[in-house]
Amino acid sequence: MNRLEFHASHRYPGGFAFDVAFDTSAQATALFGPSGSGKTSVLNVIAGLLHPRSGTIRWGEQTWLDTQAGVDVKAERRHVGFVFQDHLLFPHLSVERNLRYGRRRRRARSSAIETARVIEVLELGDLLARYPRNLSGGEKQRVALGRSLLSGPELLLMDEPLAALDEGLKDRILTYLERVVAEWRVPTIYVSHNAAEVRRLADRVIMLEQGRVTQCGPPAEVLQSSYSSS
Amino acid sequence: MPSLTVEEWLALRLSFQVSLCAVLVSLPPAIAMGYLLARWQSGHKWLLEVLVNLPLVLPPVVTGYLLLVCFAPRGPLGGMLESWFGVRLVLTWFGAAVAAAVVSFPLMVRAMRVAFQAIDPRLEMAARSLGAGRFDAFLSVTLPLARSGVLAGCVLAFGRSLGEFGATIMVAGNIIGETQTIPLAIFSAANRGGDAEVWRLVAISIVLAAAALLASEWLERRQSSREST
Repeated sequence: MNRLEFHASHRYPGGFAFDVAFDTSAQATALFGPSGSGKTSVLNVIAGLLHPRSGTIRWGEQTWLDTQAGVDVKAERRHVGFVFQDHLLFPHLSVERNLRYGRRRRRARSSAIETARVIEVLELGDLLARYPRNLSGGEKQRVALGRSLLSGPELLLMDEPLAALDEGLKDRILTYLERVVAEWRVPTIYVSHNAAEVRRLADRVIMLEQGRVTQCGPPAEVLQSSYSSS
Repeated sequence: MPSLTVEEWLALRLSFQVSLCAVLVSLPPAIAMGYLLARWQSGHKWLLEVLVNLPLVLPPVVTGYLLLVCFAPRGPLGGMLESWFGVRLVLTWFGAAVAAAVVSFPLMVRAMRVAFQAIDPRLEMAARSLGAGRFDAFLSVTLPLARSGVLAGCVLAFGRSLGEFGATIMVAGNIIGETQTIPLAIFSAANRGGDAEVWRLVAISIVLAAAALLASEWLERRQSSREST
């Protein structure tokens, strides 16, 4: 299992600043904390979508970011999958073409994850010809998950993928997420402010508050003490 | 409708040729500029906006005069064009097309900018996380989503080019069959006192302008209805 070493500090023009450092080699790591604690910023830095003022990111043998050495690998070359809170499916493409988008662009690397199997596990077979505007919230999020997987990511980032869904749906999508983690074992970093989700999915928790890491460890430990302290 | 004279047919055909060429010439820079103005966050953006919109408020004759100075055979750009590519702009139909392109550029950019602004920039982030480079993400996601707005800009610029007069007469002159577009033909006919001829050309101008405006309006509505789904 590859190890992720992360350190970044950044200040937005609006004033919010974060300085976050952690490393993890867990199968599923949760970034846990209240909204506005910098969780999404951390994911954006890992994905190469936000360029921090200073920092280093190492993924196994690769260096994705080292601001001192002037290294900043482009987002499209990091082989990171990103599942966004509001799915961000391409509205002008059918489900099938959304799924193929990343596959076509990373053909060489993505052989380990088969299209047919992704469609089967996420139950997307009946949706392929449809357009995103004709999908329900849960369906959109399943397609977004499939699209990310099919780009053959070495690391999967999920930014509160359940936040925009109804309570009833959350549980169903969580089941799909568990299947994905179990089936392909892609290392995953999962952002959430929901303790129950974190407990179910993650085997390591990094707790963020106001742009800093306050605790990290196994879910039982971190979530327990975060409850007792609040 | 009474039939057109040969001279009028020439003017009509030339107007279409000049306008189409003007749209094609300005399309790539207009897309780039519309996108830049929609996405670029900088305190200096106003300067660029002023430059882009200048032809909209300048008298076209002034724009035409400046073009004439630049593209005259002994001018700074005209000399280069002629010696490197053998292309001459002054007193040619291509010069008329360049004049129309410059004058209609701000309208084209404006329509495209509005279309690009309405598209969630994070869709490009999603594309990049799937392995697309910046340019690829633009071509495969943003541009197709903005296509109605881009087309609306083209139609609007086409309509504006059909009506171009001031800059055209400065750069290209008023040569029948070579640079005499409909507005110039109207000008010549009115000077000759040919009332019937003027009215025929005026009617054609009104119909073409209204058609272009209707088409661009329809396209822009289609763009905004697509955004709301």
